[in-house]
Amino acid sequence: MNAVVIYLKLFWTFFKIGLFGFGGGYGMLSLIQNEVVEKQQWISNSEFTDIVAVSQMTPGPIGINSATYVGYKAIENSGMARTEAVCGSLLASFSVMLPSFILMLLISAFFMRYKDHNSVQTVLKWLRPVVVGMLAAAVLLLLNEENLGAFNKDNLQLYVSIGLFALAFVATYFWKIGPIKVILLAGLFGGIFYSLI
Amino acid sequence: MLLTLFITFFKIGLFTIGGGYAMIPLIEREVVERKGWISREDFLDLLAIAQSAPGVFAVNISIFIGYRMRKTIGSIFCALGTVLPSIIIILAIALFLGSYRDNQIVENVFKGIRPAVIALILTPTIRLASKAGLNKWTWWVPVVTALLIWWLGVSPVWIIFATIIGAILYYIFKLRKA
Repeated sequence: MNAVVIYLKLFWTFFKIGLFGFGGGYGMLSLIQNEVVEKQQWISNSEFTDIVAVSQMTPGPIGINSATYVGYKAIENSGMARTEAVCGSLLASFSVMLPSFILMLLISAFFMRYKDHNSVQTVLKWLRPVVVGMLAAAVLLLLNEENLGAFNKDNLQLYVSIGLFALAFVATYFWKIGPIKVILLAGLFGGIFYSLI
Repeated sequence: MLLTLFITFFKIGLFTIGGGYAMIPLIEREVVERKGWISREDFLDLLAIAQSAPGVFAVNISIFIGYRMRKTIGSIFCALGTVLPSIIIILAIALFLGSYRDNQIVENVFKGIRPAVIALILTPTIRLASKAGLNKWTWWVPVVTALLIWWLGVSPVWIIFATIIGAILYYIFKLRKA
């Protein structure tokens, strides 16, 4: 296929994903799978699973991580050179950000202008408790077997995870230790502890 | 200033492990506490806005803060700072390390990080709750919201939209009465 056509398709596909991907990274993943694996068939299902795993294990938003990786693989799988694949990954990352960039700029401008208006204040007053619930739900959803270890299967990991969870909470909430330090220490501990046993 | 915005968000992007919500404790620390760029109340409002817009949650947050600080050019620097670490790392993996996923030590490191990241999200949740104007009439709102999302799998986007519509109807009703 013509290189320009692939790039255009890549742009359009990820623009759509960025436009209709509501609800954060995980909501976006099902959309990416539908567009990239099923419709365009740029990558296989097992490659997609790899991408999800890699996205979760690397820093950065999952939506951006997966766009970068798919952009690379899609071009590479169509038989083009590595340098072109790098262009593909940059293009996909840019395209997935573009719709939210335009929308967020409009929303931000609107918000800054009217945030003191009574109607906007009413809406914000109603929204604040909802956002707290939304964050609490994120915590509850993340407390799962994949992140902590399965009960009755890897009990040791589960107990260690619960300990780390409690310790990290105390460290940030009561001792006011910064999140970056906590992440580095928890990673160092995991790397040493799980490698020794 | 633009460079400070970029570096701050580059740092945040580098340590956002496990999706957009993992970014919240980092922003709270760097942007709200250290730099004082926005207040806790504004941070809550911003989370509602970023969640109700489509796209990548973490990028939306950085665009909003960037716009507040230095308009459009500020949001470009913040968004670039947020995504550059991921793009560089993913590209490096795609180019050089095909088998990163199977590396046992990397997996072990993440076994330690994952439970800690969840606790990191819990801390700002509690801190923000004290700024959400909760009282004996409204305490149930976060509880019901969390249960709807966690238990019934309702998307937060619908709950936010429903709340906005409810608030506007209430506002119009009050205006008519007055």
